Amino acid sequence: MIARSRFTRPLTDRFRKRMNRVPAPLLATGLPWLSIMLAAVLPAMPIIASAPIMPPLAFMLLLSWRQVRPGLLPVWCGMPLGAFDDLFSGQPFGSGMFLWSLAIILLDVIETRFPWRNFLFDWMIAAAIVCGYLVLSLTFANAAGGGATVDILVPQAMTAVMLFPLVGQLVAALDKVRLIPLVDLD
Amino acid sequence: MAPPNRRPSYSRRAQYTTFFGYVAGVLGALVGGALLVVSIANPSAFSGLRGLASDATSPVARATSGGRATSMGMVETVGGYFDAGRQNAFLKRELAEAKVRLIEAKAIAEENRRLKGLLQLNDSDTKPVVIARLISSTPSSTRRFATLSAGQGDGVAIGMPVRSPLGLIGRVLEVGNMTSRVLLITDPESVVPVRRSTDGVAAFAQGRADGALQIKLIGLGVNPLKPGDTFVTSGSGGLYRPGTPIGIVASLTRDGAIARLLSDPAVTEYVAVEPVWAPEATQPLQPTASVSPGASPGAPQP
Repeated sequence: MIARSRFTRPLTDRFRKRMNRVPAPLLATGLPWLSIMLAAVLPAMPIIASAPIMPPLAFMLLLSWRQVRPGLLPVWCGMPLGAFDDLFSGQPFGSGMFLWSLAIILLDVIETRFPWRNFLFDWMIAAAIVCGYLVLSLTFANAAGGGATVDILVPQAMTAVMLFPLVGQLVAALDKVRLIPLVDLD
Repeated sequence: MAPPNRRPSYSRRAQYTTFFGYVAGVLGALVGGALLVVSIANPSAFSGLRGLASDATSPVARATSGGRATSMGMVETVGGYFDAGRQNAFLKRELAEAKVRLIEAKAIAEENRRLKGLLQLNDSDTKPVVIARLISSTPSSTRRFATLSAGQGDGVAIGMPVRSPLGLIGRVLEVGNMTSRVLLITDPESVVPVRRSTDGVAAFAQGRADGALQIKLIGLGVNPLKPGDTFVTSGSGGLYRPGTPIGIVASLTRDGAIARLLSDPAVTEYVAVEPVWAPEATQPLQPTASVSPGASPGAPQP
């Protein structure tokens, strides 16, 4: 059963028959992976930045997917997705693998510790994790040859925290696309 | 939101799946940590992988980079209408001045050529190795790298300086087949030997990762810099050809200054990759004919 929204209506209307249909398995499981990988590659292209200005969108998408649909992405997904992000992010290779894996485990621990959560709580947890991620990424980048100070992260961290609910909305919209019943059972 | 039931089921198999998921997650973190240590110890360890990845995504990046300069220029065009009249008068005055200066400069260039001929200095204008585009960058990391749309196949090699018509952009750090990775001069790892264009006060320009440069004077003492001073590369140590503009002093610090970039990579469409500059002074001195080999027995012979 999928909710009808103005994002998915044109697509769902093409398939009037709703019974005996299931979502395409490849799309249903692959879309979270694909969206995070695209978020790792695409933001690098439109601008040649001379300062860190973009929030870490791929990491924020990962957190959102784990919050919106816990258990859809496996616990170990931090390693392959982090490695893919490392190829494009400019961080020393391994930094993303390490931090993304830790973030997912941390998010899981918080989830079991505080089963009753609301929007604000989820947002604050994600904000804390993103800020910690930015600071640790800076530390690793500095260890590999950089030398930047923490204060250049402030605009980026603020953008990331403010933008996080919007990323959550994007993930919710993608979740509806993911579950469009495309495959006929009969 | 109501908490989901965390226990997957009473099935042993499902419980094992969950358990091994966590084991794999922790293992992933450990593997990532180990690779991180490797790449901190040897930053170029995974350059081959990165080269493959940027080669693979370069067709998309090439397509998006075409519109970048146009869209940046459009903002400027629209903004230009607001003070067109004042700017017009100003530009006319400036043009008249520039014409005079141009004639003066031509005379000086002529004199320069004559004096260099007297000194028998060989002043060959180097041709760039390749003209290419910057196709992507690392917008969320504190490291400042950009990807260039030319690689080994176009003759790009590690260490080559990259510049735009306005000034220095960076140098080639890693080379892939069709793309290469450029260390921008705003990265904290980039240190460029510079001098003040007017009188040659020597300094280093180090990146600050926030789009500005830190100018560190070599001679300590009274800070002679003023806002508005222009710095160019000095060429000492080789690599960067002397005389490439790099930045203008914006504000002073205790031991130097903070400089604004002259060539913002964000608005540059094409960049030129130059050959590595190797000044004669860094070449090992050849023993001259007048010195016999027996005169200095301890000296190593080339």
